[in-house]
Amino acid sequence: MGERAAEGLVTGFVMTEKLAFTLNVNGRDFPVRVEPRRTLADTIREECKLTGTHLGCEHGVCGACTIIIDGEAVRSCLMFAVQAAGKRIRTVEGLANGNELHPLQRAFIAHHGLQCGFCTPGFLMLAVNTLEQQPDIGDEELLDVLASNLCRCTGYGNIVKAVKAARDEMRAGK
Amino acid sequence: MKPAPFQYHAPRTIEEAVATLARVAPDDGRVLAGGQSLVPTMAFRLARPRHLVDINGVAALSRLVVENGKLCIGATVRHAAFERPVAKGPLGELLREVVRHIAHKPIRARGTFCGSIAHADPASEWCLVAAALGAEMVARSARGERVIPAKDFFSGIMTTALQEGELLTEVRLPLLSADTRFGFCEFNRRAGDFAIAMALVTFRLKNSAIIEPRVAISGAEATPRRIAQAETALDSHAPDAKTFAAAADAAAKAIDPLDDENTSADYRRGLVRTVVLRALERAAT
Repeated sequence: MGERAAEGLVTGFVMTEKLAFTLNVNGRDFPVRVEPRRTLADTIREECKLTGTHLGCEHGVCGACTIIIDGEAVRSCLMFAVQAAGKRIRTVEGLANGNELHPLQRAFIAHHGLQCGFCTPGFLMLAVNTLEQQPDIGDEELLDVLASNLCRCTGYGNIVKAVKAARDEMRAGK
Repeated sequence: MKPAPFQYHAPRTIEEAVATLARVAPDDGRVLAGGQSLVPTMAFRLARPRHLVDINGVAALSRLVVENGKLCIGATVRHAAFERPVAKGPLGELLREVVRHIAHKPIRARGTFCGSIAHADPASEWCLVAAALGAEMVARSARGERVIPAKDFFSGIMTTALQEGELLTEVRLPLLSADTRFGFCEFNRRAGDFAIAMALVTFRLKNSAIIEPRVAISGAEATPRRIAQAETALDSHAPDAKTFAAAADAAAKAIDPLDDENTSADYRRGLVRTVVLRALERAAT
């Protein structure tokens, strides 16, 4: 974990030095140097320059920043970057295989599962993680999972359609 | 918003964690486990701890085992662990039923059982389970270890018996006998939102009469607790509609409901009657 925070107080504020560590995102190592208070979401965007992960509410409610860490979809605004050192991080940039979109990305296009696109990376990572863990997930449980994230454009209907279509396609392809 | 600066500590053992806490707790040091309540509070700057002691790297805190008739839940065990039965019999099923109501999947992947207990939000499902089943909280500090029974643990809204420098290392839940019936009911306005009222009941049947009834409510009062008046209304009675209605009425009468601009005390009292009744009906079927 490289350098540790230095002790010391100045005018009532905690002074912290940056920590140096490595984030592994989509199979690539990114050496970073950030304060402990820097969230994983901010670090992925600003240090790794992977801006596909979006930040909406910054307190865990909207789900726009959802990414996959060690096989679990989590809110990257509710983790500090230093906590993700040594873990396998997946973001929306890692979904496509070269120019070939992930089946879920294609389904979002086919079913008009996005309008402004702000919430889309979060929905994609949440749904990909869910379909990887539970390829046979039922409609009702899928709806319960998708209730985790907010979308202000689509009214959700087309997102649900897209995820169901991807589920069926991925299952048929197995 | 962004959290205010803090110093980060990442102990690897329980001994190291409590030694660090002993040093930094007097200087507003806090424990970071799942972070699903603490980090939002920091983002709002309602909390500005000067130190965070991140216990996620303490391997000994991730244990989830049955020992001496109790399910021992370590401090870093996530909510999601309970989505499959973690103990034989009704306890595993009860926890699996309750966990579905906690927030959403990505939150359940990070948030911890013990973190919910230490945070002591009045709307916490796990705090209700702890109160209903008589959990034991294991608190460790540089001074040693003590075990706090649930009835002495919750002292107010987000306030517990944990003292400065103490780490909640484990919560222990007693296993339930195979014939224990349970029912859980929660009311909130949106899926995954905080509960406005919820009830958890358990009982056994002997000669078609209720024995060992437990009725606990939370969300409606400052702290989760068992309602003795409702349990008395059930004890030795037949599990029928009349008995259940009497117990639900007794619970509604007995509580001292929270009151805020969105939810009046009267409304909460009415909800308590309903959630207790529904929990009892679910336990009976």
